[in-house]
Amino acid sequence: MNVESKEIKQLLQSILSAYGYDFTEYAEASVRRRMSLFMSTRKITAFPDFAHLLLRDEMIFEQFIQELSVTVTEMFRDPDFYKSLRDHVIKRLATYPFIKVWVAGCATGEEVYSIAILLKEANLLDRAVIYATDINQRSLQIAKEGVFPIDRMKQYTQNYQHSGGTESFSDYYTSKYDSVLFDKSLRKNIVFSSHNLAVDKSFNEFQLILCRNVLIYFNQQLQNKVINLFYESLCPFGILGLGNKESLLFSEKKSFFDDVDRKEKIFIKNI
Amino acid sequence: MDIDHTYEAIVIGTSAGGLSALTALLSILPSYYSLPIIIVQHRSKDHQNLLEEVLQSKCLIKIQQAEEKESILAGVVYIAPPNYHLLIERDYTFSLTSDEPVNYSRPSIDVLFESAALVYANKLIGIILTGTNRDGSEGMSVIKQYAGLTIAQDPKEAEFPAMPLAAIQAHVIEQVWQLAEIQKFLINIHADNEKR
Repeated sequence: MNVESKEIKQLLQSILSAYGYDFTEYAEASVRRRMSLFMSTRKITAFPDFAHLLLRDEMIFEQFIQELSVTVTEMFRDPDFYKSLRDHVIKRLATYPFIKVWVAGCATGEEVYSIAILLKEANLLDRAVIYATDINQRSLQIAKEGVFPIDRMKQYTQNYQHSGGTESFSDYYTSKYDSVLFDKSLRKNIVFSSHNLAVDKSFNEFQLILCRNVLIYFNQQLQNKVINLFYESLCPFGILGLGNKESLLFSEKKSFFDDVDRKEKIFIKNI
Repeated sequence: MDIDHTYEAIVIGTSAGGLSALTALLSILPSYYSLPIIIVQHRSKDHQNLLEEVLQSKCLIKIQQAEEKESILAGVVYIAPPNYHLLIERDYTFSLTSDEPVNYSRPSIDVLFESAALVYANKLIGIILTGTNRDGSEGMSVIKQYAGLTIAQDPKEAEFPAMPLAAIQAHVIEQVWQLAEIQKFLINIHADNEKR
């Protein structure tokens, strides 16, 4: 898509004024790619037409926002990360009478159910609440329903076992046709809600925040802003888990976190 | 072939058979090479750094896994990490995304090549090597559209011919070369850059 950065910035700015959605601090290459995909599936060839359409037609804009902000994940993604949570984080959580977890940017919820399983296996789920948030309503709806394609279960079972899980993974869900439904007991302490990391504020205090493969979509300024938000939302010695390729490098709060597991990007607020 | 203008970056895409082809190309480069080389090799997500380590053990030039937001420097070979797409930003830094696989692949060659073409335009060289699917053809078409140079490994020589063949059949390849010719070309553009 042969469009100047300036035009993309202008459109994102207009979207912000017209609809209140702030994508101005997203990494541009990915935004550009999503725009280009959206245009080609709808047979729009000229960028000005596309910009005009988005600003004029709220329905189209809603569809675009869903496609722009969708992210994909899997259960027990990067099993070593979950193994490290089991080994280093769960026993810390067990010391709290009441455990609050925030999965920020939860996408379609696969990792929310993964952390719920970890807590359940440590007998902590009954005194925990997991807040699962995303900007994308369609993804949140899928997360809430807890229904996933059955053909993913083989990989998820392997991931689960690799993460140190020793139960029978299939006990956590019931299959129906080509999908599976995750157990109600996992879902009962999960609160799904809409939250926009770019503009919304802190809403609680947590012992554990997971935000995996979300920061990579943001520029350095927004990464810094979001880490600040997590810092404010963590209790003293609260734990922050990021994606495999993410870091606190661009955060002014870097020195307020220590490594729990440097390789798996698990950090502890040191104050 | 005459080199009529300065190139600023090289992108390489490969799949099955890529390790030996990449080793052949990269092991002849000097420790300081005048362009950045950015590679997508389809790879398993179970081995986080193995590819970089194996290549580094055979090369003088610095080989490293591309990190998000990192600035792209001449003289470094960057390799896309497993399980992420690698993109190039206008300010010559890397972005990673965890978007859906493209051509069943993450990292996808098309995704890297398309974003590189937008940034480097006619100062980009795209090279497609041995591989089993058709990832890279779309990306090569964008590189060509922006007047970059497109090179495919001769399918007759490639361990797995499907990938270079798909790009050739899409009519987006300017030069079909054997590895020895690509090696010579890489050395020549470096020598040429040094003279400037």
